[in-house]
Amino acid sequence: MSKLLTRRYLDQIKAMFGKEPEKPREISPAAQKIHFYKKNNRDEIGQLKHRRAHEKPSHKWRNRRWAALIFANLLFVLSYQLDIQVLEGALTASRFVGFHMADLNSALQVMLAHKHIITNLLIGTATVLLLWGLLGGRTFCSWVCPYHLVAEWAEKIHLYLAKKKLVTDQPIDRRLRTVFWIVFAALAVVTGYTVFEAISPTGILSRALIYGVGLSLLWVLALLVFEVFFSRRAWCRYACPIGLTYGVVGIVSPVRIVYSLENCFHEGDCRKVCLVPHVLDTVIKGRAVEPEVPLGPDCTRCGLCVDACPTGSLRFNIKGLSRLL
Amino acid sequence: MSDDTKAPAAAAAKGGAPVSRERKRQGRRKALRTILLTGGVLGAGLSGYLPLLHARSKRLRPPGALDEKEFLQSCIKCGQCVQVCPVNAIRLADLVDGFGVGTPYIDAREQACDFSCDAVQCILACPTGSLTYHKPDFLPVREGAALPQKPTLIAKMNDPEPTLNMTERMGVARLVRPDSCLAMKGEGFKGQARGPGFEGRMRYAEVDRWKPIGIAEHPYDLPLCDLCMRECPIAGAISLEKFTGPGGRTHARPIVHENCVGCGVCEMICPTEPASITIVPREVWTS
Repeated sequence: MSKLLTRRYLDQIKAMFGKEPEKPREISPAAQKIHFYKKNNRDEIGQLKHRRAHEKPSHKWRNRRWAALIFANLLFVLSYQLDIQVLEGALTASRFVGFHMADLNSALQVMLAHKHIITNLLIGTATVLLLWGLLGGRTFCSWVCPYHLVAEWAEKIHLYLAKKKLVTDQPIDRRLRTVFWIVFAALAVVTGYTVFEAISPTGILSRALIYGVGLSLLWVLALLVFEVFFSRRAWCRYACPIGLTYGVVGIVSPVRIVYSLENCFHEGDCRKVCLVPHVLDTVIKGRAVEPEVPLGPDCTRCGLCVDACPTGSLRFNIKGLSRLL
Repeated sequence: MSDDTKAPAAAAAKGGAPVSRERKRQGRRKALRTILLTGGVLGAGLSGYLPLLHARSKRLRPPGALDEKEFLQSCIKCGQCVQVCPVNAIRLADLVDGFGVGTPYIDAREQACDFSCDAVQCILACPTGSLTYHKPDFLPVREGAALPQKPTLIAKMNDPEPTLNMTERMGVARLVRPDSCLAMKGEGFKGQARGPGFEGRMRYAEVDRWKPIGIAEHPYDLPLCDLCMRECPIAGAISLEKFTGPGGRTHARPIVHENCVGCGVCEMICPTEPASITIVPREVWTS
């Protein structure tokens, strides 16, 4: 990575903890050239109009992702209900054909509350750390977490109501998620209860799917109502410490979305569909520091922007493997 | 986002001051919303401290559970113990259990742990050591919680290793309603122990050692009720002390011994309603 990209990536790590991304102080000559060329380029504007008029919305990555998410959760359900024993347990901790897996945030809560770690938990945590380290950190959120899926559906209702001018999205301070992460970690240490686990909609939904519904779904429902009528995707954006935990894992992950400046129209369609638009600040006109910019670690690798982009300027990429693919 | 980029331009166009007040107002509102969400989430999180229905009551935990406080600390709420239990004795607690939401418990009257898995599978399945054979050294064993020796499973009596790998009890059985106990009254019992509709299951080693069957499928005909002793899976945990009643009839008093692990089979099989003998969860042995 060039110095400029490294600087931007550090800025994106800060953005993950809640800082608003800054305008770049310096842009590489190569990127500057493209930015300059794009200014008042009539051809490009005509091209843009043409492209958008003919654009067919793609749902390729969304469909793949939903299939993967449903498959993963179904595997949990069927392993128990049909006794096929492939993936036993729930999302908080499980065994995949006998190998221990433990959700990083749940494991952390247990370790902090109990202050004693047994080998199996350590193995499970390490396995999952490695897995999501390789697969992209917050990939867990958009490709596995069942709350993410129901929240996406709730988001559709929210956007429909917003279009009818019945609701407006009320943004909340993004630093709150970091505060929650610290507060819940501290609560686990101090109270000795895994406080966050009691309200984690991921755990609640996963258990409800596998073991049957209960009253705790009311909490999940309350969150969804809040998101539909008040603040778009509030839990995933501003609250969930699981997302931050996996986001930190994603810092070193090779799986990411890469933005290329060349063909981008800067219309911002990608930012409109994104759960974490601060990772896409680079697509704003004049902000890209290099012709190719990988997105920040808070990106959930959900692919909605890849689907939304009419010019193919956003795409999945695996660091180091890009030449092979 | 897009508003942020447009706002300064609008501010410049209008001369700054009025819009900046508007922005201040927006900022204040955002702060209020942030506080609202903070309060909501933390309030929900700490609602475990509310005196909810079962939050303070003692649940019967699966075998090998750490003491309640440590159990709640360490349980990761995954339900792997639920999945391995051959008689589905283990359930997961709901919201009414406060911080215990998602943790496993046993409702012995509905379905007790009869150790038909032979090896205490739930302990083997537990990924965090909430259910454990080897309690960490820094956790003390409450006085009277330790079993006098490894419990011998009657169904495994003829195996080379007839014991269960358990060192502490889950609770202790108590004859809480001696007046309703059939044996105490000198009465027998005929029929299905818990009626035809009861769904609880148990292993009857004489029927099939490896396959638990419904209690409703196994009717009894007993001149003097001894179901609690008869079906107790642990050797030497319960006995009947016979005595002669006023009419010259033979009566019997169920006596619970120190070997009792608190599995709850006696509570499940007891044909009186409510059960004359029940498990006191987490109870320790006092002679």
